[in-house]
Amino acid sequence: MAEVETKVAQEKEPLFGKKERQLIIDPLNDNNPITVQVLGICSALAVTTLVKPAIIMALSATFVIAFANLTISLLRKGIPKQIRMIVQLVVIAFLVTVVEQVLKAANYPIWKQLSVYIGLIITNCIVMGRLEAFAMANKPWRSFLDGLGNGAGYGIILIIVAAARELFGKGSLMGFNIIGNSSQYLIDTTTNSFFSWYMPNNVMVLPAAALFVIGVIIWVQRARNQKLIDVS
Amino acid sequence: MHSNKYITVYTVAMTLIVSVVLAIIVTGLRPAHEANEAVFKKRDILSAIKNELPVDLESISDQEVLSLFNERIEQVTLDANGQPVEGVKAETIDMAKEEKKPEAERLYPMYIYKGEKSTFYLVSVRGNGLWDKIWGTIALQDDFNTIAGVSFDHVTETAGLGAEIKDSPAFKQQFVGKKIYNDENEFVSVAVVKGGIKKPEHQVDAIAGATITSNGVTEMMENGLEVYLPYFESKKNK
Repeated sequence: MAEVETKVAQEKEPLFGKKERQLIIDPLNDNNPITVQVLGICSALAVTTLVKPAIIMALSATFVIAFANLTISLLRKGIPKQIRMIVQLVVIAFLVTVVEQVLKAANYPIWKQLSVYIGLIITNCIVMGRLEAFAMANKPWRSFLDGLGNGAGYGIILIIVAAARELFGKGSLMGFNIIGNSSQYLIDTTTNSFFSWYMPNNVMVLPAAALFVIGVIIWVQRARNQKLIDVS
Repeated sequence: MHSNKYITVYTVAMTLIVSVVLAIIVTGLRPAHEANEAVFKKRDILSAIKNELPVDLESISDQEVLSLFNERIEQVTLDANGQPVEGVKAETIDMAKEEKKPEAERLYPMYIYKGEKSTFYLVSVRGNGLWDKIWGTIALQDDFNTIAGVSFDHVTETAGLGAEIKDSPAFKQQFVGKKIYNDENEFVSVAVVKGGIKKPEHQVDAIAGATITSNGVTEMMENGLEVYLPYFESKKNK
């Protein structure tokens, strides 16, 4: 009897209840994988010089995290404990290969630009971290949402960092020229007297700049979000 | 705890399923990959003379790149002695594979662009950068001496330093108008030099902080162009 009861209770779980919404919203702010958990930093340094590749990277990583979470959650009862990490890795590697092959067919220049970093989603600690911490112990639908949430939390930081670096480093956004020293730009610093002092900051193009930008994001986020302020 | 037998069966089944599915995906997408690669390569070759093209290379579609390439470019394959070889299309030559062959057996691609006003001779060169291979296309005017444009690419030079050989239009622009022969009609190539250009016809300014990549470009230009010299000579004497 007890078994039947729990089954009924499980089926009544809403598709988008409070808990489910929390799974998506939490990683965007309070529990962001990059700024709060400080995971996945190295890819945040490498693929954030331009906005377009950052968006592709964010989408690819979200796809991989969400579907790896879903697959592992579906398999979780059958996975032998002794080789669970290997199974997780195989699932991740499989999904990453699919993403890479599809991207190579769909948008070759972007694939060329991201090159090794797509493959490096395999080593992104966020993916493995979510599988171990969440998917191994939760039901498929929630695991999938958790993956989407964490992918989005990772992606949103990636895109913010990329936007800052592309704007201040190259004077453009999404490849659209905004500010620079020729007539190709929206604000031409050679003729516009108000912006004549402006020069693109080459440091922003270098990987180190991503750390400065992430640092500023963490600072702003902690200053505004009461939950993250360390009382001690 | 699962038994050893369960684990073994689980592993084998998982490996089989994953490899079969991946094999199907890779085989299915291969034609698309190859088509993309071909367009990318042709775009790269044409970018050496992008100022001479009737259209803006960056804004035209893949289809237009292919038709421009097919219409305007005549492909010639040269052997190690600079003699034309029949039956091998230049665009099928993979410089990375040629490099592994013995020197006498290597083939070299040559693309002749016939524009409205002038003809350009585009040759492929390949060499070593700091971390890995670098390569490029050098376009010569029909005097076989003046450089009309260059394009470079690399596997993994440092972004912001060595990678500037590809990313910096100003660096590539320096090559335009340089001569590969000196006044005595000897081959001298074009060198990338640090600090002070003494022979403005044969030297360009190096990228600050990328000495080894810059030296690599010098070496690549010299060795790469050298193999085409016999062909240039035979054309000039005609």
